[in-house]
Amino acid sequence: MEWETVIGLEIHAQLATKSKIFSGASTAYGAAPNTQACAIDLGLPGVLPVLNRDAVRMAAMLGLAIGAEVARRSVFARKNYFYPDLPKGYQISQYELPVVGKGQLTIDLDDGSSKVIGITRAHLEEDAGKSLHEDFHGRSGIDLNRAGTPLLEIVSEPDMRSAKEAVAYMKKLHQLVVYLGICDGNMQEGSFRCDANVSVRPKGDPKFGTRAEIKNLNSFRFVERAIEFEIERQIDLIESGGKVVQETRLYDPDQGETRSMRGKEEANDYRYFPDPDLLPLVLDDAFIDAARAALPELPDVKKQRFTEQYGLSAYDAGVLTTSRALANHYEATVAALGGEPKLCANWVMGDFSAFLNKDNRDIANSPVDAAQLAGLLRRLQDRTISGKIAKEVFEAMWAGEGDADAIIEKRGLRQITDTSAIEKVIDDAIAANPDQLAQYRAGKDKLFGFFVGQVMKLSKGKANPQQVNDLLMEKLKG
Amino acid sequence: MHEKTIAQLSAGLAAGEFSSEELTRAFLERVERFNPRLNAFITVTAEAALARARVADQRRQRGEAEPLTGIPIAHKDIFCTDGVRTSCGSRMLDRFVAPYDATVVEKLSAAGAVMLGKTNMDEFAMGSSNETSFYGPVRNPWDLEAVPGGSSGGSAAAVAARLAPGATGTDTGGSIRQPAALCGITGLKPTYGRVSRWGMIAYASSLDQGGPMARSAEDCALLLGAMAGFDPRDSTSADRPVPDYAALLDRPLDGLRIGLPKEYFGEGLDGVVAQVVEEAIAEYRKLGAETIEISLPNSRLAIPAYYVIAPAECSSNLARFDGVRYGHRCENPKDLLDLYTRSRGEGFGAEVTRRILVGTFALSAGYYDAYYLKAQQIRRLISDDFQRAFERVDVIAGPTSPTVAFRLGEKADDPITMYLSDIYTIAVNLAGLPGLSLPVGFAAGLPVGLQLIGDYFAEDRLLNVAHRYQQVADWHLRAPAAFA
Amino acid sequence: MSLGPAEVAKIAHLARLAIRDEDVPAYARNLSAILELVAQMDAADTTGVAPMAHPLNMAQRLRPDAAAEPDRRERFQAIAPQVEAGLYLVPKVIE
Repeated sequence: MEWETVIGLEIHAQLATKSKIFSGASTAYGAAPNTQACAIDLGLPGVLPVLNRDAVRMAAMLGLAIGAEVARRSVFARKNYFYPDLPKGYQISQYELPVVGKGQLTIDLDDGSSKVIGITRAHLEEDAGKSLHEDFHGRSGIDLNRAGTPLLEIVSEPDMRSAKEAVAYMKKLHQLVVYLGICDGNMQEGSFRCDANVSVRPKGDPKFGTRAEIKNLNSFRFVERAIEFEIERQIDLIESGGKVVQETRLYDPDQGETRSMRGKEEANDYRYFPDPDLLPLVLDDAFIDAARAALPELPDVKKQRFTEQYGLSAYDAGVLTTSRALANHYEATVAALGGEPKLCANWVMGDFSAFLNKDNRDIANSPVDAAQLAGLLRRLQDRTISGKIAKEVFEAMWAGEGDADAIIEKRGLRQITDTSAIEKVIDDAIAANPDQLAQYRAGKDKLFGFFVGQVMKLSKGKANPQQVNDLLMEKLKG
Repeated sequence: MHEKTIAQLSAGLAAGEFSSEELTRAFLERVERFNPRLNAFITVTAEAALARARVADQRRQRGEAEPLTGIPIAHKDIFCTDGVRTSCGSRMLDRFVAPYDATVVEKLSAAGAVMLGKTNMDEFAMGSSNETSFYGPVRNPWDLEAVPGGSSGGSAAAVAARLAPGATGTDTGGSIRQPAALCGITGLKPTYGRVSRWGMIAYASSLDQGGPMARSAEDCALLLGAMAGFDPRDSTSADRPVPDYAALLDRPLDGLRIGLPKEYFGEGLDGVVAQVVEEAIAEYRKLGAETIEISLPNSRLAIPAYYVIAPAECSSNLARFDGVRYGHRCENPKDLLDLYTRSRGEGFGAEVTRRILVGTFALSAGYYDAYYLKAQQIRRLISDDFQRAFERVDVIAGPTSPTVAFRLGEKADDPITMYLSDIYTIAVNLAGLPGLSLPVGFAAGLPVGLQLIGDYFAEDRLLNVAHRYQQVADWHLRAPAAFA
Repeated sequence: MSLGPAEVAKIAHLARLAIRDEDVPAYARNLSAILELVAQMDAADTTGVAPMAHPLNMAQRLRPDAAAEPDRRERFQAIAPQVEAGLYLVPKVIE
C-alpha cells in the first residue's frame, strides 16, 4: 500500500518584547532563577494582568505579513490545568477568538517548485516556567523566569505532506518572524519551537488518519527526524495490524525516536473560559495601520526585487535575502561600490559568508563592513589586485589589519601590469629552466603551466595573470 | 470618642480635641476588650497602628492633613497588606504574609488612615454568615447568638460594635450590603471597576468589588473618595474621575424617582422586615421622592446564574493555591499529585471546596454551554432589566436581606437556604451596578437594612439618597447595648 | 442533574482536591442540590441573547512595553514552603 503523510505544525514564537505579556518583569534570557519572576508571574494572591501593547503590535504584524485578517475584537481565555511550572493553575491564552485569523505562507521546495501552506490562526498566550530535574534530592526545581513571556502560537493547516515540507515551512516562518523583528529566532534558547501533528493515510483516501502530536521540537533537524521516525512508526503499526492512537509524544533526540507521554495526558479537560481579569482586545484602524507601517520589506518581495534590480539569479537572490542583515549588507556593498551587483553577490555569498560561519559570528559583529568590502572589490575591479590576492587581502581585513588599500600598500600586493617588468620576470624564469624549455619546444605543451607557475612565484603572485599568459606564449615560441 | 462618626472624628482631629494617637489607642483598647466576644478581627496590628497614628499627627501639624488623616480603620483580611498576614479567612493562607499592599490599602494609607488590623470573613469571601472562616464565626453585636452576615462579617461587626469607625469590605454577591444590613450599619458596593481589585484576593473576578462600611453614608462617602479611582494595574478599572462624594451629599430629594421592584416585596420576605422597609420608603416620600412600582422580571434567575458564574471563576482563581510558592503545603507529599490534592484538600474548608467543585463541573467538557454560557446569557437579561428600569427611575429601593440576622448554625449545614439569603443583592453584582445598604429600623430587636441600587457610577446619588434619610432618622446612630 | 460519588471523585481529581471518602456522599448531595437550583436557568429563553462576560462595556487597555519590575526573589521566597538555590522545590516532575 502506498501511504500519504499529513502534517500540521503548531509553532510557538517568543515575541521580542522587553517585558512580559502581562507584567513588567524582564524577558531577558539567562538570568538567575526566579529573579525575573514578579508578583504577577508568580501568581501571588490578588495580582492582575495588564496586556503589553508591543506583544499585540507584533502579533498584528505577523497577521499582516501572512495576509491574514487581524481581528478587530479578540478574547483572552484561561486554559486550566495543574503543573508546577504554571503558577496560576491556568495559562492565559486565546481560544475561540484569536487575534490573527486565516493566512498563508508560500514555501520553496528542493525541486524548485513552490507550495502554499495555509495558516489556520495565530494567537497570543503566555509561556510557562521551567522544571529542572537536576539533583535536588529527588525533587524538581521550578524556575519561573520564563513564566509570562509572550508567545505567538501559529497554527498551520494540515497541508504538509512530508518531513521536508514541514521543515521548509518552519524555516520560512522562522525567516519571516526574524525579518519582522518580532522574534529573535534563537532555537537553542527556545524562542522558536514546534509541535508537529502527524498522521498517515492510504494515498487517495480523503479522510485523515488518527494523528499523534509530537511536542517541543526545537531544531529543524529534530523536526525532520522526529516526523520521519513517526511516519515510519505509524505505517509499521498499521501494516502490522495495529491502530494509531491519538496521543502526545515526545521526541528523544538521543535515541532518535518519539515516545508516548500518556502518563501526563490522562483526561485533559482544560475548561477554557474567557479570562474575567482581561477585557476584550479591540484593535482599531489606527493600531492596525501603525502595525502595517512598521512592516519591513518581506522576504519574498525582497527576493523578487533583487532579481529585477540587480539581475541576480533566483538562487542568489534567495541566498542573499535569507536574512535582513545579509540583504542589507549586500545592498550596502553594491551602493558603496557603485555597481557590479554580481561581483558583490559572489563575495557576500562567498568569502564573507564563509568567514562569518567559520568564526560563528553574525553580521552585526562582522569585522569587515560593507564599505570595507566595497573598498576591496574596487581594487579588484580596477585590476590593482588579482582575484587570488583579493582573497589574501580579505583575510587580512578580517584579521583587523585595516582597509584594503592599506593592506595592499603595506604588503606590496599591487599587481604588476607593466609589460617590460613582466617580460623581465619571464626571461628570468626561462633562463632558470633550460631543460623544461627544451622539452616544451620539443612538443610537451603541458609544461606551459609549469612556466606560468614559475613566473607567478618569482613575481610573488603579483603579475597580472592574463598578461603573463600572453607574453609567456610569445617568449616560449622563441 | 468611639461614639463619633468618621466625619465627627475628623472634625475633632482638625480642632485638636484629641490626637490620632489617642484616638487609635482608644479603639485598640476597645478591640482588646470586646474582640474576644465578637471574633471580628483575625489580626490586630497595634504597634504599627500607633506608629502610623503618630505619623498622621505629625502630618496634621504640618498642615497636610486630609479628612481621613489619623482616622483608624480596619481592613477586611482579603486585602493584601505588605508585611502583615493576609489570610482571606482560610487555613490555606494562615501563614501568608503578603509582600505587597492592595491598591485600596495603599490609597487609604496615602490618605492618612490608620490600620487597626485585619477583619474576619467567610473563607475566600464565600459565605453569607461568616461561619465558613477558618478562624471561627464572627458574632453579631446586636445578639451574640446571631450571625453578622457575610462575607464581610468581621468588618460589619467591628463597625457596629464601635471597634472601628470604618472598615473596608468586598462584595461579590452581597458581601458588603448583607452584613451591613444585619449589623445595622451603612455599606456601599460601588460600580464594578470603580475601586481597584489589585491586591484584593479574587473570588469571582467579574463580580468582586471593594467598598466602604461605616456608620453613616457620609462616612462611606469619605472612605469611598479615598478608595476609588483608576488603577493602571487593574485592566477592569474604570478610567474616569472620582467625584467629591462628600460635597454631593446634601442635594435635596425633591422629584427623586424611586423604583420599587415588585419581585423584591413578594414571597420569601419576612413580614416585619417588609413593614420596616415600607416605613423607610414612606419617609422618602415625605422627603419629596416619588415611588414607582417597577418590575425586574428575571430577578429569580439571579441566584441560579450566580451559582454558576461565581463558582466557575472561583475554581480557576483558586487554582493558584497549590502549595508550591506560598500558602499551605501538606506534610511529606509522596508525589506531585499528592502535594496538590492534600495541600488543597487540607487548606480549603467545605464551602470553598463545594464551590470549586461546582465551578470545575460547570466548566468541564460537555457542560460549558448548558451552564456557563447559559448563565452569562441570563446575566445579560438581568442587566437589561435594570437598564430598562433606570429609564423610568433614578434609584431602586427594597430590602437588603429577606430576614434579619439568623441564628449561628441555623443554616450552616444547608448551603441552598444560605444562598437564598442573598436573593436581593446578587443581581446587582451580575449587572455590575452600585448598591448601598442603610439601617432603617429593627425587627425583633435586630437591624433591618434598606437597599438602594443605582445606575452605573451613580455612587454619589446613592450616598446622597442615604444621607438625606440619615438627616431625619437616627437608626445609623443606634449602638448595640453591650458595646455602647 | 444529580451527581454520584464517582462523579464527585472525578471532579475532585480535576480540581486537585483530596476529599475524605466519608465526606464524598455529603458533597454529592450538596452538589446535586446546587445543580438543581442552577437548573432553574433552563426555564429562561435565552435564544439569541449575547453572553455577558463583563459588567462594563470596556475594551482591554494596553500597557507600554517597559521592563520595570525589580528582582524581589528574596522577599517572595521568604513565604515559600520549600526553596533551594533560588528554585521552588516540588516532588519530582515526571515527563
